[in-house]
Amino acid sequence: MSLPAEILEPYRLRSASLADNDPVWLAGLRHRAMACFAERGFPSPRAEDWKYTNVTAIERKRFPLAAAPGEVDAAWVKARLLPDCWHLVLIDGYVHHDLSHPALAGDVVFCDMGAALRRHADLLTQGFGQAVDEDHGFIDFNTALFHGGALIYLKAGTRLAQPIQILHLQTQEAIAPTRHLIVLEGGSEATVIESFIGRAGGLTAHVTEAVLDREARLRHFKIQEEHDRAVHFGGFYVQQATGARCRQVHFALGGLLARSEIHHRLGRGGEAILEGLHWADGRRHLDSHIRLIHAEPEGASRETYKAIAEQRGRSVFQGRIVVEPGAQKTDAVMNNRNLLLSDDAEIDSKPQLEIYADDVQCTHGVTVGQLDENALFYLETRGIDREAARQLLLYGFVNECIEAVDVEPLRAYLHRRLDSRFNAIELEDLP
Amino acid sequence: MTQPLLKIENLHARVEDKEILKGIDLTLDHGQVHAIMGPNGSGKSTLANVLAGRPGYQVTEGKVWYRGRDLLAMAPEERAREGVFLAFQYPVEVPGVSNIYFLKAALNAIRKHRGEAEVDAMDFIALVKDKMKLMDMDEQFLYRAINEGFSGGEKKRNEILQMLVLEPTLCILDEIDSGLDIDALKVVARGIEALRSPQRSFLMVTHYQRLLDYVRPDVVHVFAAGRIVKSGGPELAKELEAKGYGWIESHPEAQAS
Ligand SMILES: Nc1ncnc2c1ncn2[C@@H]1O[C@H](COP(=O)(O)OP(=O)(O)OP(=O)(O)O)[C@@H](O)[C@H]1O
Ligand SMILES: [Mg+2]
Repeated sequence: MSLPAEILEPYRLRSASLADNDPVWLAGLRHRAMACFAERGFPSPRAEDWKYTNVTAIERKRFPLAAAPGEVDAAWVKARLLPDCWHLVLIDGYVHHDLSHPALAGDVVFCDMGAALRRHADLLTQGFGQAVDEDHGFIDFNTALFHGGALIYLKAGTRLAQPIQILHLQTQEAIAPTRHLIVLEGGSEATVIESFIGRAGGLTAHVTEAVLDREARLRHFKIQEEHDRAVHFGGFYVQQATGARCRQVHFALGGLLARSEIHHRLGRGGEAILEGLHWADGRRHLDSHIRLIHAEPEGASRETYKAIAEQRGRSVFQGRIVVEPGAQKTDAVMNNRNLLLSDDAEIDSKPQLEIYADDVQCTHGVTVGQLDENALFYLETRGIDREAARQLLLYGFVNECIEAVDVEPLRAYLHRRLDSRFNAIELEDLP
Repeated sequence: MTQPLLKIENLHARVEDKEILKGIDLTLDHGQVHAIMGPNGSGKSTLANVLAGRPGYQVTEGKVWYRGRDLLAMAPEERAREGVFLAFQYPVEVPGVSNIYFLKAALNAIRKHRGEAEVDAMDFIALVKDKMKLMDMDEQFLYRAINEGFSGGEKKRNEILQMLVLEPTLCILDEIDSGLDIDALKVVARGIEALRSPQRSFLMVTHYQRLLDYVRPDVVHVFAAGRIVKSGGPELAKELEAKGYGWIESHPEAQAS
């Protein structure tokens, strides 16, 4: 669906002005992406991959592009940065230099996109656009209009001494297209945490690409918790060479409408361990679109996605595993477990296996249900009242995901963030 | 005459549309151990569940008095707080909640009900570790999710551990001995024996004499088709072990009603 000219015009102008300052290769990409976007707009619910998540409301909202970063209280932002991490803070897509760690350089490059374009064009051209295997309006939009982001590059064999946290803060009812590129050379190791928070209902239109060379390892965490009226699109596209491993844990907790795409393409002997939690409360609509392509033999993937839908919330899980011809000895397991806690809530789960090789092991399972009555009774027979028992079971469901986070400050943050929702049980003295 | 701890009178219960308990009468005095035996499907677990208050079990007739109070009028957690404990035939797994958290939450719920202060964290750890030693359980079980991935025998030990920590007054043990190896059976029996007191009573559902060798019952009841068809002393269990249930089912008493 193409957009009306008056909506498109400011996007065109901005894209052109960004391109004016870009290197030629990027200006060309922007130009083509803008032309594509003008033609097709945001994805239509008629597209199979978008049938559960209707983003046409974005057009009605007529979000402007954020012209400048909003005012922020540095102490407030600092309180949201995790200790023992390197930080990059993007306010409405614009890098906040005082709150961001000065660029690392040498074997490790970690800098904002502006600096990357000025100083590391060679690295950018190596990886940019390489891992994105999706082709729809959000990708066009992002390519045409991103103005902030991060470049993370590790030379072969290096290991990042502490995690990188990129904090995206939305302060306006506006669009802040951001883009990150992660390039890990052979055998290098990094941990990257992406946090999306906001105090206004804007539109996040984000893409992270990661290119992992042989035996590289990426641990990636995404915490999506924008304002209750915000719309989020966030793509995470990973290309993994032979023996490369990626582990991702994804928490979808905020926004009004959020779509996350998590796509991996695995090389020989590669590994992807993916976990996620949706907590669709209030009127929240949370959609995770997972695609795992086993392109070569001996890859292993594990997906464990869980969702809670309560009140009028809705959770959508679309998980596709593709085993390409020749990807023998693939070992793939996909699980999606859902708790549907109210009559007005909704769960849509669509697992898909496409297997074009014969010597593979692929399994998937989906459950949708309420809290286990048997377990509730068990807890009650130990003196725990029904509401506390209910919360304890729900806590267990959530806690399994939090415990999967093996970065201590982030785990502690998630506990602080979520434990307060369990007001009928005492969690302070949990070991 | 002193009041019995538990008095079941003409108890009838159904699940869905099926009548399962068809008139149970049983009186359990303070300090007593009663064993309940009987063939599969005869209603033993149903009785245990009705006493603990499991939803879905409908009492259609009869009364149950616990310390002189109407037990059936109490919610499951209230029964627990008043000292009723059911060790499950199939203990339930609760992912994501540690055993130690569960034990503490349960103990504090019961203490609060009694008007006592919450247990001190250090005292609690010491108490639990002490009970675990008795049950031959490694401390790692404290930090694992409740029953998750526990072997059959480990789950049963965990039930007794909970009982030791909560110190109930009426202990209903549903096949606590099934699936246990010989050593584990001794450990479980040791746990039960450690709790025996003149004020505390046990209702033990079992299929085997071997548990009763360690925990000697005062009375043995035999269930068949939702009724108690015979009651006797500990020798009755031995007789059952030797002869099976056939001779009782053809016994005139069993055919009477
Ligand atoms: N939820 C239920 N729905 C239908 N029937 C049930 C239900 N629960 C129990 N029953 C039936 O009630 C009868 C008694 O079951 P119960 O579990 O009490 O037997 P039991 O004596 O404990 O047997 P076992 O020795 O095998 O444990 C059985 O026929 C069982 O199938
Ligand atoms: Mg039974």
